[in-house]
Amino acid sequence: MFGLNSQCVLRVDEDYKTLKDYEGRAARWCPGCGDNGILTAAQRLCRDEQLPPEKCVFVSGIGCAARFPHYMNTYGFHGLHGRALPTAQGVKLHRPDLHVFVNMGDGDCCSIGTAHWIHTVRTNMKLVTMMHDNNIYGLTKNQASPTTPFGMKTNTTPQGAYLKAMNPLTVTLGITNVSFVAQVAEWLPEVLYDVIRQAFHHNGFAFIRILQRCPHFTPDIFSSLLSEPKNLLMLQHEDGMQLSETMSRLYKTTERHDPADIHRAREIAERDDIVPIGILFRDENIPRYEQIVKPGHKSTWGQREKVLNSAFDRFGINADFDSANEKAQW
Amino acid sequence: MAHELKEQELRSVESGKRATRLEEHIIEIISDSGEGAQTAGQMFGTILAKTGNSVWTVEIIPAEIEPPARTPAGASGNRIRVGSFPVTNAGDGADLVIGFNEQALIGGKWEDRYKPGCIILLESMWASHSDPEIVEAYNGVVDILKKEEYRLYEVPMEQECSKYVEDARRGKNMFVVGMLMYIYGRDLQLARNEIENKFEAKKPALVAPNIELLEAGYEWAEQNLDFRFEIPPSGVKEAQVVTNGNVAVALGIVASGMEVCAMYPITPATSASHYLSEIFAEVGGHVHQAEDEIAACAFAIGSSYAGKCAVTITSGPGMALKTELMALSVMAEIPLVLVNVQRGGPSTGLPTKVEQGDLLAAIFGTPGDAPKIVMAPATIEDCFYSIITARKIAETFRTLVVVLSDANLATGQQAFPRPKISKEWKAPPVDQSPVPADMGPLEWDPVTGLSQRFIPGQPGGMYTLTGLAHDSKGRVAYGPGVNQEGCNRRSLKLAAFQKTLQPPRVCGDESGDLLIVGWGSTKGAIEEAVARVRKDGLKVSSTHLTFLQPMASGLKEIMQKFKRVMTVEINYSDSYDDELIDENNRRYANLAWLLRARYLVDVDCWSNVHGRPMRPGAIEDMIRQRLK
Repeated sequence: MFGLNSQCVLRVDEDYKTLKDYEGRAARWCPGCGDNGILTAAQRLCRDEQLPPEKCVFVSGIGCAARFPHYMNTYGFHGLHGRALPTAQGVKLHRPDLHVFVNMGDGDCCSIGTAHWIHTVRTNMKLVTMMHDNNIYGLTKNQASPTTPFGMKTNTTPQGAYLKAMNPLTVTLGITNVSFVAQVAEWLPEVLYDVIRQAFHHNGFAFIRILQRCPHFTPDIFSSLLSEPKNLLMLQHEDGMQLSETMSRLYKTTERHDPADIHRAREIAERDDIVPIGILFRDENIPRYEQIVKPGHKSTWGQREKVLNSAFDRFGINADFDSANEKAQW
Repeated sequence: MAHELKEQELRSVESGKRATRLEEHIIEIISDSGEGAQTAGQMFGTILAKTGNSVWTVEIIPAEIEPPARTPAGASGNRIRVGSFPVTNAGDGADLVIGFNEQALIGGKWEDRYKPGCIILLESMWASHSDPEIVEAYNGVVDILKKEEYRLYEVPMEQECSKYVEDARRGKNMFVVGMLMYIYGRDLQLARNEIENKFEAKKPALVAPNIELLEAGYEWAEQNLDFRFEIPPSGVKEAQVVTNGNVAVALGIVASGMEVCAMYPITPATSASHYLSEIFAEVGGHVHQAEDEIAACAFAIGSSYAGKCAVTITSGPGMALKTELMALSVMAEIPLVLVNVQRGGPSTGLPTKVEQGDLLAAIFGTPGDAPKIVMAPATIEDCFYSIITARKIAETFRTLVVVLSDANLATGQQAFPRPKISKEWKAPPVDQSPVPADMGPLEWDPVTGLSQRFIPGQPGGMYTLTGLAHDSKGRVAYGPGVNQEGCNRRSLKLAAFQKTLQPPRVCGDESGDLLIVGWGSTKGAIEEAVARVRKDGLKVSSTHLTFLQPMASGLKEIMQKFKRVMTVEINYSDSYDDELIDENNRRYANLAWLLRARYLVDVDCWSNVHGRPMRPGAIEDMIRQRLK
């Protein structure tokens, strides 16, 4: 009985929204693309929370992941490469009543949009950010991204990637005002959904890195994680991610990690022998930019007139014109 | 003390040192940075305006915060042009210059800012300085000034001020205001009031010493100077406001009903955001200082997309960084106002100095076809109203409006009639009504290209805005007809807007030997120059363009009635004086390019990139030479 409340009890059938209400155009990602799973999770979240579609805005940059908003039946902003976060901030500041989501790829977020990534973490506005990380530039066809593993051959690194991959988790956890950092994988739908849901309810900027396979250029990049569940470190906590019985039977490498512990979160994020899955860090008490700067005054025309008049008084002359002029010293 | 002085004032009026009556005067006050010449200039300019003169003041700003002392490059101060007629620009050479040291002062002479033989009041303390090199430097400058027959008065400012305060360096500026109050015959009480207004709230202890210094300056001038000037009031009695162009922009933003201004610090645009930050929250607005120029523009676009039109303020280098987002605003039909307070370029160029070099970049700088509206305020008053207009146009035509101000307007102060607040300025509330079924987000009218904007929150209007080529339903599509249609519709909006524009007004006769076409902050100087040569019978007129893209109809007809047409602009153009330049390779000033391309008229141009406001005298000389 989702969406049942006292106001709409009599119209529950017509008001209740199903998954179909959130489906936009048919997704045109490649067959087997991990983005499809992320889309399903987002649609499920909207359905479960019964979000009015017109009150949701999915903002994206450019890249395969950035096609996301087209496949949602909500408002969408498919903007510029790297610029999804500042655009989403602008939406949220002006319209705090809207639910704002951001979808970016690893190139979008960790390369061309890096400055915005860092500063958006710092402003801690209430945004749910999904960083679809397939370790490659897919749409432009196989160039190394900041998260491409060292030595991987791509079209721009035919001898193998020159540099060690960037770790988006340690970066995010190092930024002042960080308030929610999680890592999940698209092939774990249950966990993916749970983390996105918790991110949605987080009081601030939620950053989710989603490990995602590109069927063309990085189909096997996470194969060791798929074939060997022990290579995933499941972070469990009553205040964080909780695994179902089925999942617990499959994924046995676990750690009881309290998302309030940033030091342990940073240690876990640093590990390169194992891949953590779950909520690394959460702090509900970091002030949000939109609350800090939220104007105390109402935006009424009367208020504007008042402010303008006092400004014109401040810069005004000739109010005392005659008396001033009479005293000229001649 | 105050009482005694009042008597002295009266005596001086009675003894009647004859004041020379003049139509206008230009004063410059020059000090090292931090010595308060700017404060003195602003204060005295305000007093002149309050006593009925028309006044234009300009800040003289060094590029560094604390440049080395006693250097020409470190000069900081103010130029005040005061007149009995409406003053519209900073004018030609200064008539009276006050220097706190000879090096800062002499820089103005090298830059040709002073009238030959003008009055110079120079701090004399350097003549007896303990450092012989300084003494030598001082004497060197004094020799030059004397040799070139400037009317030099050496003023013991430090010596006089130290009678009243311990740190004379910090109080000299009020001594200077005192001298000016005497020279220009203004009631000293007005200056006392200004000092009280300035210090009473935050630093009340400074009121008394500053008033003492003010009175000391007045007294010294009375006893030692052999000249006074009377500049009769201009006769303006209506209520006015005095601001610089950036404050006018900020007030325009408040008046326009916008709620979000996103910016990144850049000279000379930032001060608009300073003032806006002070008052914007009171009307429910917010100035967002973003991490960079790009983020500022993206933030403003996000805001605009979700509701009321937003504004981003920048200067040339910042506009260059925003280019891709400017195209997005056009492509996705998101209203946006971009204010570019132009400075000298290219690259980092001349950050504190004026240029009109961004016109072509604003119109054509975006790759692909991105038709946008570009307008330029010509006065400080225009800076206020153009923002209100720009917001309305941006929302009505769902597009980007670029407002090209410049450093001359940004730092110049001028009085203009106090705006009468109008409800028409008001931005409409954010539409949250349901969208009719089957209505698409970009249902372009085939004639005007206009369409209804859907705003998040409107039930039934859900669509995904995109910078990719798209059809009238907002769907990404790459077919050959789709992009053609989209580009066509966006272009038609400009044509539709263009049909609403009034033809330009001609200043002077409707026909003649020479027409000068200008845009932006040069209007006052051009019209003054034209008026001067017309007095001598030269058949010269001028016209000034507010909208540069699109341009109003009627300009061609105007141009055809003149034997020659030329633009006067503050930007670069090649000169035929250079051996290699001929008609095959000459690069024209920004507006001249546009006019030549559109109207097939052989438009000439005269422009420079000296980084300073156009002087009416220089334009006048140029006109006389061209018409010889």
